[in-house]
Parts: sequence; C-alpha cells; structure tokens
Amino acid sequence: MARSEQGTFKVKAGLAEMLKGGVIMDVTTAEQAVIAEKAGAVAVMALERVPADIRKAGGVARMADPQKVKEIMQAVSIPVMAKVRIGHFVEAQVLEALEVDYIDESEVLTPADDQFHIDKWGFKVPFVCGARDLGEALRRIAEGAAMIRTKGEPGTGNVVEAVRHLRAVQSQIRRLVVTPDAELADLAKELRAPLALVQEVKVLGRLPVVNFSAGGVASPSDAALMMQLGADGIFVGSGIFKSADPAAMAHAVVRATLHYQDAKVIAEVSEGIGESMAGLEMTSLTPADRMQERGY
Amino acid sequence: MRVGILAIQGDVREHERMFHRLGIATKLVRSKEHLQDLSGLVIPGGESTTIGMLMQEYGMTEEVLKYARTGQFPVWGTCAGLILMATEVVGPSPTRLALMDITADRNAWGRQVSSFEAEVPIAALGPPDFPAVFIRAPRIRRMGDTVVPLAKCQDDVVMAESGPFLVTSFHPELTEDVRVHRYFIEKIEEARANR
Repeated sequence: MARSEQGTFKVKAGLAEMLKGGVIMDVTTAEQAVIAEKAGAVAVMALERVPADIRKAGGVARMADPQKVKEIMQAVSIPVMAKVRIGHFVEAQVLEALEVDYIDESEVLTPADDQFHIDKWGFKVPFVCGARDLGEALRRIAEGAAMIRTKGEPGTGNVVEAVRHLRAVQSQIRRLVVTPDAELADLAKELRAPLALVQEVKVLGRLPVVNFSAGGVASPSDAALMMQLGADGIFVGSGIFKSADPAAMAHAVVRATLHYQDAKVIAEVSEGIGESMAGLEMTSLTPADRMQERGY
Repeated sequence: MRVGILAIQGDVREHERMFHRLGIATKLVRSKEHLQDLSGLVIPGGESTTIGMLMQEYGMTEEVLKYARTGQFPVWGTCAGLILMATEVVGPSPTRLALMDITADRNAWGRQVSSFEAEVPIAALGPPDFPAVFIRAPRIRRMGDTVVPLAKCQDDVVMAESGPFLVTSFHPELTEDVRVHRYFIEKIEEARANR
C-alpha cells in the first residue's frame, strides 16, 4: 500500500466541512446525547454543565469527567466534541487519549493560561476555537485550529453578541478582499495575524476553515438568523436542554437550520415547542461575567 | 446537463466547486421539487443519520428512488452518501436509499484521530494514484454480484459501482483532483446515451 498519513490538517478541517449546515448541541449526559442525535444533531459537545449552569455555579470550570465523556461517546454514532480550558494542553492530551472527535478550546471554561492558547499543531485530534473578530480567528487558525466558531455570550440565551461577532468577521473580510496586495502586510499587522493567512482570506473571500456560530442561540429563528447571516452551521449550548421541552426544541432548531431561507418552514417547526430558556440582558452582566473576552 | 447535489447538510460547496471547475451546471437539492430536470445526483459527505432522517421527512427518499429506478439517473454517494446508498449497514442504521447491494460498516476505520489521507491507485482513472481523504470513513464489508470494485486501499474496496450508481468511501471533493467527478459525468453521459 502507498503512504497513508493520519492527523493531517486536511482531515482535521475536513471533518468540520462534513458538519456544515448542521447543529452541534451541548449535552451533559448520555440520555441527552441520544435526544440530540434523534433530533438530527450532526455532533454533540460533551460537558459537565451547560454554560448557563456554569454561570450560576461560579468557581473554576474545567474539562468534563472522562467517564462522562466516554459514556456519551458510547451512546451515539455521531461525532463527539469536548471542551478544554484555554491553554490547558494536558486536558487536551487527555481528551485526545479518549479519542474524542473534536476539542473545543473554550472560553466557557476558566482559562488556564492568561497569555497563550494551546499549540494545536502537535495534536492528531482537531480543534475548534472561538473568535470575536477576523484577527482572533486567524490567530487561532495559525495555532492550528481547524474550525472556528464566532463567539456569542454563552449561557445567556441572548443572540445579540453572536450577531455582532459574525457581522464583525464578515465586514472585516469584505474590507480585506478589496485591500490592495501592497497594503496587506500592514493590515495583517493591524489584525495581529500572519500575512500568509490574510492573503489566503483575500483569495477565498472567506475564512480558510469552516465557521459556525455559537453562544446565545435559543430558538429556531435564532438559528436561522445566524445561517442567513452566513454561518456555516450552529452550536447550541444551553438553548436546548434549558428549554421547556428539549426534544421538541432540538427537533425544531435542526429543521430551521436546514430550511433557514424558508420562513414558512421556520414558522411550522416553531409552533407549540414550548418556551425557550430564560434569557439574560447583556447590561445585566458585569465585565467579570463576560466569557467572550477570554482569549488572546 | 445539470447535476443535483443533495444539500441537506455536509460538504455540498466542495462538490459544487469541482463540477463548476469542469464546466458542469449544478443545482442544490433541498426539497423533492428540486429533483426535477436533473441528470444525476450526488450525496455529499456529512452525517448519514442526519441526512437520512431529513431526506425521509421531506419526502426526498421516495422521490430519489422514483428517478433512480428508471436506471437512467446516476447517483454518487461519498462517505455518508455511501452509507445512504448501501442495502445493509452494520450497527445503528440510518433511513436510506439502499440503491447498491453492499454492506457498509460506519466509522469502521475508527474515530476522527484515525482519519487519514492515502494515495490510492484507481485503474479506471489511470495514473497517477488518487489523493484520497478518509474522514471517519465507512468500510465496505460485503459486495453483491452486481457490484464492481474500482479501487482498493489496504485490503478494503473504497470505490465501487453498480450500473448507474457509484460510491466512494473517501472525499474526492476535498482535493484538487477532478478525475472522480469527471468519471461520474461520464456515467451520466452513458445513461443519457442509453435513453
């Protein structure tokens, strides 16, 4: 047999391509994972507590118990992701040893390093990272992230921050595309991103990896809103299992994401699914409550 | 000629890009009405459970079968698409089309850490070897008499055809090599000539 190679950037970024147009749901138990899979989720995120509960509990939020991650992996056939603290490369080594399918280096957990993210090139398992603007996205890709999610404000059930950050990334890309080549080095400096990636974005007219929207999606319309704004897919954290009827909400969000351009379908699937999670107004959060600012 | 790409979920854009590079028009298929006036259909990579469930729910499974049963409507499944085209599936089995007499074993090379790239010789395409990308790929455990193997990786058949139907367990759409896409277009031309 000819050469074969595992853990290349192509297979890492490739898995994210396969998830496009889909919904990835936060789950904390094997039962929840099964509900998510039955509703049509393309992957689940295994964690100890959903962001809304992390917010309530306070203290240090860490990687989930490996036993819990394993139970969830055994319960479903779709890919299983799990979160590590920013910069905590040993938590990442542990999740790689468990063979999770994707690692989320996430601001939802308490950062373990206040200067550096994980060097993700050394891992065979792919990473997804959050970003609030183009520079942050490209810095994460430079560190080896194979998928980006534009951040919202996790656990709030309020989509406003997700909208703001997706719009920010897109407007910066639009500006980059019309920037003359001779000025790209300067723009790269301004974005604090490698020139080669800036040049690649100019050629592609989009990020070089898949970009999902995350944080604050709490209804089928929220999901379709993010899709219409140009997200490649949706992460739903607390929005499913903090709603009144998780199975119905999960079912509706998946269908609204597929038919995001068809308001009739969104209306149909939104009917009688019970209440979304209780939300938080951004002004009610103190600066210390804001998870989105974590990351460098 | 217009090739449909099932656009429920998955790497739709990548298939679209390959056909456009070959100068072939495409149409994204999100509902059964979109299946009209197509020369063939591609089922992309994605999550087979999700794609199968939503195809069924929106009446597309029956509609695709209606066209496929004419014998003149080529269908090509990549990875998740292969699973959806298999008559039998090992383990949890998604709702599917069952167009090809094979047994598919989902994620049989292991989880994502075992996903790999390999150079695969494909006699029907000639040299050089094809840069195949396998992502949580299925394995073909059994093939019926009507199925013709087209390529092997290690000891596994990774590309096969049966009449107008084609399956690959890898993702030609993630590469810059258009030869498998061209091969599918030739199958469409053949089907049209036989009409």
